[in-house]
Amino acid sequence: MRDVSIIGIGQTKVGENWEKSLRQLAGEAVLAAMRDASIEMADMLYVGNMLSGEIAAQEHLGALVADFVGLRGIEAVKVEAACASGAAALRQAYIAVAGGMADVVIACGVEKMTDEVGEVVTSALALAGDGEYETFHGLSFVAINALLMQRYMYEFGWKHRDFAAFAVNAHQNAVHNPYAMFPKPITVEQFEQARLIADPINLMDSSPVADGAAAVVLCPTEQARAFTDNAVRIAASAVATDAVAIHDRPDPLFLQAVYTSAQKAYRQAGITPQDIDLFEAHDAFTIMAALSLEACGFAPRGQGVRLAQEGDIALDGRIPISTMGGLKGRGHPVGATGIYQVVEVVQQLRGQAGGNQIKDAHWGMAQNIGGSGATVITHIMEALS
Amino acid sequence: MGIPNHWRTQHQRYRLVGEICQHCGAKLFPPRDVCPECSQPAYEPFTFSGRGQVYSHSTVLHAPRGYEEFVPYTVALVKLEEGPLVTAQLTDVDAGEAYIGMPVEMVTRKQREDGEEGAIIYGYKFRPVLQ
Repeated sequence: MRDVSIIGIGQTKVGENWEKSLRQLAGEAVLAAMRDASIEMADMLYVGNMLSGEIAAQEHLGALVADFVGLRGIEAVKVEAACASGAAALRQAYIAVAGGMADVVIACGVEKMTDEVGEVVTSALALAGDGEYETFHGLSFVAINALLMQRYMYEFGWKHRDFAAFAVNAHQNAVHNPYAMFPKPITVEQFEQARLIADPINLMDSSPVADGAAAVVLCPTEQARAFTDNAVRIAASAVATDAVAIHDRPDPLFLQAVYTSAQKAYRQAGITPQDIDLFEAHDAFTIMAALSLEACGFAPRGQGVRLAQEGDIALDGRIPISTMGGLKGRGHPVGATGIYQVVEVVQQLRGQAGGNQIKDAHWGMAQNIGGSGATVITHIMEALS
Repeated sequence: MGIPNHWRTQHQRYRLVGEICQHCGAKLFPPRDVCPECSQPAYEPFTFSGRGQVYSHSTVLHAPRGYEEFVPYTVALVKLEEGPLVTAQLTDVDAGEAYIGMPVEMVTRKQREDGEEGAIIYGYKFRPVLQ
C-alpha cells in the first residue's frame, strides 16, 4: 500500500447559493482544488453527494461534474452514504491512490439543498434513517436525534441548557472562517430561546440546511513534492458501520461505529486520542457532538457535555473541535460536509487557519457521521512540513 | 412508499409479527432473517405482546411530507417487554405528557393518507396502558 497525501484543497462559501446550480458549486470547488494542487488533469474523480436526486432532480454526478470541470473522459462516479457521503468519496479516492490504481485523484463533496424548502428537505434528510421502521412512523431526522438526546439527558442528568456550549463554540469559530454560513457569535440565552423542532432539540442544537461544495486532490506522498510544498499526509482512513435504525442497536447512547472507526484510525496512525491537536467533529446536532467525543475516547460515557462546558473544546482547549465553525457554524451541506471537514484540517496543518489557527498543530482528525451513527468515517491527517 | 410495500409489511404493522432465532432464542423486531446476536438464520415468526415502556420520546413540531396534518405528534422508542426496542408514534397522549418509563401498549391506528384518492395507511402506534 502506498502512503497518500493531500496536495490541493478547494471550497465554496456555504449558504443559500440561489445563483449557483449543483454543477456550478461542484465545479467551483474542484477547480479551486486543482489550482491549489497545480494540476490540469486527474486520473479519477469521486463525487460525494446524498440528495441530488431528491432535491436537485439530478443523479449521475460523476460524469456530470467531470465533464463540467474539463475532465470529460476520466473515471468518475458518485458515492453515497447519507451525511457521510463526502468522507465516503474521500475514502474511495484514498483506496484508489493507496492501492496503486491511480496517481492523481480528486474527491469532491457537493450538496444543493435550498432549491426546495421546508418539508421537502425534511423528508429528503429522513432518507438517512430506516425507511420502513423509522421514517414510516413520521420521524424526521431531527426527531431521531431527539430520541437520543432525550434519553441522554434522562440517563446522565444533563439539562438542555448544558448543551449550549457546543453551539456557542461553533459559532464563535465560524466568525473567522470566510467560507462559513453563520460567521457570527451566539449567546447561551439565544440558544435557550430558539424555537423547538423536535423536543428537546431546538434550532440552535441543529446545523443548518445549506448549499456548498468542497474538494481535495490526492496523490502518493512520494510524488507530492513535485506538486506542492505544503502537502498534508493522510495517516489514517477508517470506516465502520452500525445498524441504521437506533432501535436495532443494543445501546443507543453508545455510537459503536464511531468507536470502531476511531480505534481503527488511531491504530493506523500509530497514535492515541491524546495526540490529536484538533478534531473536526460531526456536530450535526449538539447531542451528536457529545456522543462522538465520548465514543472517540475524548470523554467518559455521559460526560461529553462536560468537555464543552469546561472549555476543553475551545481553540486553546485540550481537544479543539469545529475549529472553523463545524456543521453548526460553517453549515451542513450534507454530502459536502465530510470534505469541508478535511479541507479545514488541511488549513490547520498548513498553518493557514487565520484567526482560528491551532498553535503547532501536527495531528488533525476529521470524522463524518452518516445518519445517526450508521456509517462513520474517520480520517487522521499529519502535517509534513 | 407504494401499495406493495404496505401489503408486504402488513403482518409487522398490524400485529407486531417479528421473528425468533431458533439458535439463541433472541426475539427480533423488525424481522430481519439473520439473527444479529449469533448471525444464524432466523425465519421463525414470533408475535410480540405489544406491551412495553417508553424508552425515549420526542414531540415533533416540523413534520416530513405527509405527516404535517398531525403536528404536534409524539414519537417514541418503546422497549417491548420481550426485549427489542421499536420506533413508533404514541397516541392518546398530549404533547408533553409522555415520560420515560411510561407503560404503553400497541394499538392499530391510521398512519397517514396517500393523497385524497390514495390508500389510507394503518400501522402500530402505542398508547398509555389504561388503568
